[in-house]
Amino acid sequence: MDRPLVEPPARGSDAPRLKDGPPPGSAEARALDETWADPPGFFGWFCPVNHKTIAKRFIVTTLAFFAAGGLLAAVMRAQLSRPENNLVGPDMYNQLFTMHGTTMMFLFAVPVMQTVATYMLPLMLGTRNVAFPRMNAYAYWIFLFGGLMLYIAFFFNTGPDAGWFAYVPLSGPQFAPGKRVDFWAQMITFTEMSALVEAIVIITTIFKFRAPGMTLNRLPLFAWSMLVTSFMVLFAMPAVMLASTALIMDRLIGTHFYNPAEGGDALLWQHLFWFFGHPEVYLIFIPGLGFLSAIIPTFARRPIFGYTAMVLSLIATAFLSFGLWVHHMFATNLPELGKGFFTAVSMLIAIPSAIQIYCWLATLWTGRLNLKTPLLFVLAFFFILVLGGMTGLMLASVPLDLQVHDTYFVVAHLHYVLIGGAVFPLFGAFYYWFPKFSGRMMSEGLGRWSFWLMFIGFNLAFFPMHLLGLHGMPRRVYTYQAGMGWDNLNLASTIGAYTLALGIFLSLVNAIRSARSGEPAPADPWGGGTLEWATASPPATCNFHRVPVVYGRDPVWEPPPPGAPAYVSGLAADSREQLVTTVLDALPDHRISYPTPSPWPFLSAVATTILFVGSIFTPWAIVWGSVIVAVPLVGWFWPTRREAAEHMALEKQP
Amino acid sequence: MNDARAPSIDVSGLPSFAFSHRSPMWWGTLGMMAIEGTVFALTVATYFYLRSHSDTWPMTARPPDLLWGTLNTAIMLLSAVPNHLAKRAGERYDVPGVRLWIIVGLVFGLAFIAVRVMEFAALNVRWDSNAYGSVVWTLLGLHTVHMVTDWADTLVLGVLFFTGPLEGKRFVDVSENSMYWYFVVWTWLPIYLVIYWGARAL
Repeated sequence: MDRPLVEPPARGSDAPRLKDGPPPGSAEARALDETWADPPGFFGWFCPVNHKTIAKRFIVTTLAFFAAGGLLAAVMRAQLSRPENNLVGPDMYNQLFTMHGTTMMFLFAVPVMQTVATYMLPLMLGTRNVAFPRMNAYAYWIFLFGGLMLYIAFFFNTGPDAGWFAYVPLSGPQFAPGKRVDFWAQMITFTEMSALVEAIVIITTIFKFRAPGMTLNRLPLFAWSMLVTSFMVLFAMPAVMLASTALIMDRLIGTHFYNPAEGGDALLWQHLFWFFGHPEVYLIFIPGLGFLSAIIPTFARRPIFGYTAMVLSLIATAFLSFGLWVHHMFATNLPELGKGFFTAVSMLIAIPSAIQIYCWLATLWTGRLNLKTPLLFVLAFFFILVLGGMTGLMLASVPLDLQVHDTYFVVAHLHYVLIGGAVFPLFGAFYYWFPKFSGRMMSEGLGRWSFWLMFIGFNLAFFPMHLLGLHGMPRRVYTYQAGMGWDNLNLASTIGAYTLALGIFLSLVNAIRSARSGEPAPADPWGGGTLEWATASPPATCNFHRVPVVYGRDPVWEPPPPGAPAYVSGLAADSREQLVTTVLDALPDHRISYPTPSPWPFLSAVATTILFVGSIFTPWAIVWGSVIVAVPLVGWFWPTRREAAEHMALEKQP
Repeated sequence: MNDARAPSIDVSGLPSFAFSHRSPMWWGTLGMMAIEGTVFALTVATYFYLRSHSDTWPMTARPPDLLWGTLNTAIMLLSAVPNHLAKRAGERYDVPGVRLWIIVGLVFGLAFIAVRVMEFAALNVRWDSNAYGSVVWTLLGLHTVHMVTDWADTLVLGVLFFTGPLEGKRFVDVSENSMYWYFVVWTWLPIYLVIYWGARAL
């Protein structure tokens, strides 16, 4: 029983190993830097597994899609700036608004939150990489390929045109011939698969890779928000994958899920889609709340007020968000009593949101404010989101919803909620964490210009849409007649949209300039309390040369008591080794050997792409595609003798 | 935190792998099961949604024949035995035991995949006949995908136990592979009831 394993330790076990523990600058610390680095060179570019490398690419990719989605919106606003404009025709306009919504929801809002998390969480939790780093890389590659597929289709005039929620029968085989909607449905498969993989990565990282002493009760609120979000992803995203798979099967192999003539039902689509779609709003919004809870204590210079209430509110919001979906379907022939239930839940969700808002206000009220750009974006959240919440309460009541259903009132509401609830906090978080990503500060002056242009531009662009909706302007029309009383409001909205775009562009300029020549950032430029500020800016490849031990919710503000252990030692410095801790109390549990850089995630993603894109053209792609996918997956799993020997040298049976 | 002489927690004596919920891989597998369980549950919900919207059920088709599906339920339940023994062998680091019970499990797997083919033939409806046909084919197809992928995973792991290189965490893999096998078997029971008895009861 002593060593029953087949492979004896091959080599290296007798040599004295380098173990971590010595401070930065030591030989051990240099070995750690080298051990956790990604491979250089052209082929190395396809192999990284370091969470910071993947997350940086992922963030740039999602921001590129954000810019693309913004440009589509700019074309739409130009088209609507005056009545009977003919900049684009109706067919192009349908593709524009579908691509815009699809891009912002599936290629930007959800993934950007997850990817900021995969960058920040290991730093905040005090560990050296995310759980399942190769899965993390795979999630990036399939996301990239899925997004590119959609845009390539669009450039070949095959962009989806049935709206971002693709209602049947409009998106079904009868009314949407051609391949447009098929590309949309497969884009869903790509992006949701990526999001599901990331959710598992995030949950496992938070549960198993926290620094010793970081009990769940000391978990940073941003990590709580991502934990809650990731659990929601597990139960929400399967609904849209099932819905879009059923749609593409209706279109390609003649199933009848949504075909009433053969016993199917069009409303089935709406149920499945919104069972995902409403939680989706909260998947975007809850990480935004997490950004706020990270930024506010730092700039109020005090710990957050009401930690426990905040955590419970996040969880309550997540549960309630699964009971709201029918409020998107008030205009259908569902039983009125059922609608009443969904109205009640829609109103109820205001309570946990309000609790959090009051906790932040209490934190700000009792703190000493440091009014920097990140905090400006946070304050804008309060203004914009509260307005969006108010119109949300209005839309949640059936009689009012029926009046403004499918009008610009809804467009105004959803942009107030999503841009106010997620994009402004995201920009705040970007300014807040940019020094950590890049090692340089962003310019405050440009930041303020950008903020005010965005804030004024946003309100000018979207506030008039409330009025347009109340005046009866339907959404998704490519033009309107003169004399409806809509001209000036539309022109104002267009001017606002371009102002908003200019503000966003200034932040881009700021980021690029600062990354090159900004003022160098110290480890903790803002005086923050969470662990990411305990390591260098930018962090070493291994994040922490010495994994810290945590004694409070804000470890930087609450250093170890005298004589208590301040850090972990004894992990290999010359081999990728990670400490695993227990789920609730974060007690050191065991060490594990970690995956090394590898091309297999990239190759597996290429194979997956061949399967998914192929299946748009022939159902047999599912069969031969599975074989193509199986090959790199087996290669991914199969251990090399060198790896196994390295692991065996560190092995100790429980 | 920067005092070089501050005391530290030395973790070099900790084990290098652990079973069950102590292992990160266990949580990853659990996450996969949560996702796939949700897909199954939503497909079942779709089945009953369509049923509630139809005056006749199973629409114009005959209900599926009971023989093959019931036989397969028995085979799958029996496969829990070698599966359990493989798990136990893994947790005892018993390489010959793992090899033996994985092979026996794979034989069971071949049997239920073969019977599954007969099940499709005995559904008495095509996927493109009507919405009932679409949803039963999807439900049975989804479960079959899990069967086949789990069988292939087990095959790869089994081959590794013959060729090496092995290390401690491979025994954790055996344990978690068995957990996933149980998932495929246990989720079959409600799906069996829906496909075979949802078309008969009430």
